[in-house]
Amino acid sequence: MKHSAAIDYARCRGCTTCMKSCPAQAIRVRRGKATILDERCIDCGNCIKACPHKAIQAHGDSFDRLGDFRYTVALPDPVLYGQFQNLESPDRVLEALLKLGFDSVYEVAKGAGYISDYVQKHPEVVVEQERPVISSACPAVLRLIRTRFPDLLPHITTNILPMELAAILARREAVKKTGLKPEEIGVFAIVPCSAQVTAIRHPDDLQTPVIDGALSIRKVYVRLLGPMQKIKRPKRLSSASRAGQRWSYCSGEADARSTGERYLAVDGMDSVISILAAIEDGRVPDVDFVELSACTQGCVGGCLTAEDPFVAAMRLRNLIDAGPDPANDFDAEVGDPALLQADKELEFAPVYLLDEDRGVAMEKMAAIHELERQLPGLLCGSCGAPSCHAFAEDVVLGRADRSDCIFQVRARVQKETGADMDEYLPAPFRRQRPPEKKDT
Amino acid sequence: MDTVKLVYPVEGDDLIGAGEASSQMKLVLKRMGFPTDVIRRASICMYEGEINMVIHADGGQAEVEVGVDNIVIRMVDQGPGIPDIEKAMQEGWSTANEEARDLGFGAGMGLPNMKKHSDEMTIDTVVGQGTTVTMVLRF
Repeated sequence: MKHSAAIDYARCRGCTTCMKSCPAQAIRVRRGKATILDERCIDCGNCIKACPHKAIQAHGDSFDRLGDFRYTVALPDPVLYGQFQNLESPDRVLEALLKLGFDSVYEVAKGAGYISDYVQKHPEVVVEQERPVISSACPAVLRLIRTRFPDLLPHITTNILPMELAAILARREAVKKTGLKPEEIGVFAIVPCSAQVTAIRHPDDLQTPVIDGALSIRKVYVRLLGPMQKIKRPKRLSSASRAGQRWSYCSGEADARSTGERYLAVDGMDSVISILAAIEDGRVPDVDFVELSACTQGCVGGCLTAEDPFVAAMRLRNLIDAGPDPANDFDAEVGDPALLQADKELEFAPVYLLDEDRGVAMEKMAAIHELERQLPGLLCGSCGAPSCHAFAEDVVLGRADRSDCIFQVRARVQKETGADMDEYLPAPFRRQRPPEKKDT
Repeated sequence: MDTVKLVYPVEGDDLIGAGEASSQMKLVLKRMGFPTDVIRRASICMYEGEINMVIHADGGQAEVEVGVDNIVIRMVDQGPGIPDIEKAMQEGWSTANEEARDLGFGAGMGLPNMKKHSDEMTIDTVVGQGTTVTMVLRF
């Protein structure tokens, strides 16, 4: 799949930390450097957060791109508001964005507000879907489902992302206001994670991208601090409902639906994977709506944010509760429900399929099992694969050689020369235990 | 390729852990590209079999032979055996103990469900020695 996570080879030391943190088993270490198996990467950002050497990054766009357009609009994710201490209202952030050079701002939270409002007032739309309904809000989760849980694809809500709706509406407003052509307007989303960067460049749900660029919250945050301090009394710019702003943290989207559904809100890739497996097996019959976020605490935990996710979530809750609650009335202010609909179907991406031909796939699976039986099950990572099973698979698929496993090498040397390599191996891998030291 | 053989131990006395074998089998079948509905049926058969072995036989072993156009699932245990197969096959008939019933099991639907979702099911049982339930799925 397309992804925005990239390895900085100058910094990477091949330590295998990222490889073990990857829920898609998409990372291998080769010749001392991590590499990404492109087709498997779902851009969840786990590796970016895990790397102790800061060698994996997701690159958003640079501010220079603003110069490519005659008029620019910033689309800040509400997560941005949670990055600042003692913020009295989002207005200060929005006004500072104008000082950074944007001609106008349109809150992603307002897009979310419209979606929440529409869902609340039109429960009939949800009725047609398979239960439980799964939120489409996290692009990393979408790609996880596309690669591993194809049976669940019909459960996913078919509305576009809040930032996409915000972008469409923002562009319309700008065209109306300036008289410029739509393509002369640059719409830039300020995003919390690598998955959203990719979702902007290669949407899963739209044939044609509606957002022109992605700037990371991290980058924008630093630039905003100065201008924000200089603003004395911020103008009233925010017009997103509380419901819309709540999408920024885990359970916020579900709360914002307020349709009396039984809902689950699950965050963190491992938990998301187990709940999807449970839903697929029909083990969670008593739930109507499922909100899933790849990151801890939801979007506030994204890999491109500046603040601790728990702190950011707390600040957002306080900010939202203390702030006004404008109605983002979809029917009155937007009207056209077709605008909410994705125009691209989510497709199964069979990246884990061993072979198109079932017979060949079976042969490969048998070979993988056979080799795995001979491996130590240590998951030591020395071979550059995240587990012995993944290594066996790599060998069978031609991505690795049997001799990449030091235990396979030891067995071969022992067989050919009779020598036990114990003393050459690092202590944890030796068979013989050292004589116990006695206290004297 | 004739068949891919899979073997999963099923721990006795662990009702909560029942279903692990079926989850693992599912992953393997998915990677070999079996049709969704076949995977679902196989998974239901295996899950019900696991529950039965945990409740009645203190665990056992699930053996799977995966062929290109058929899957054979064998649930093998050394439990008490089934004295009256006809009764055991009746929907709603169950000899599950109080503890299992409290957990929501023992509705007497296990064997009927296994039969319903497989194309062929045979039960070999010897009272006092154990039971082997063999299910065949064709497609």
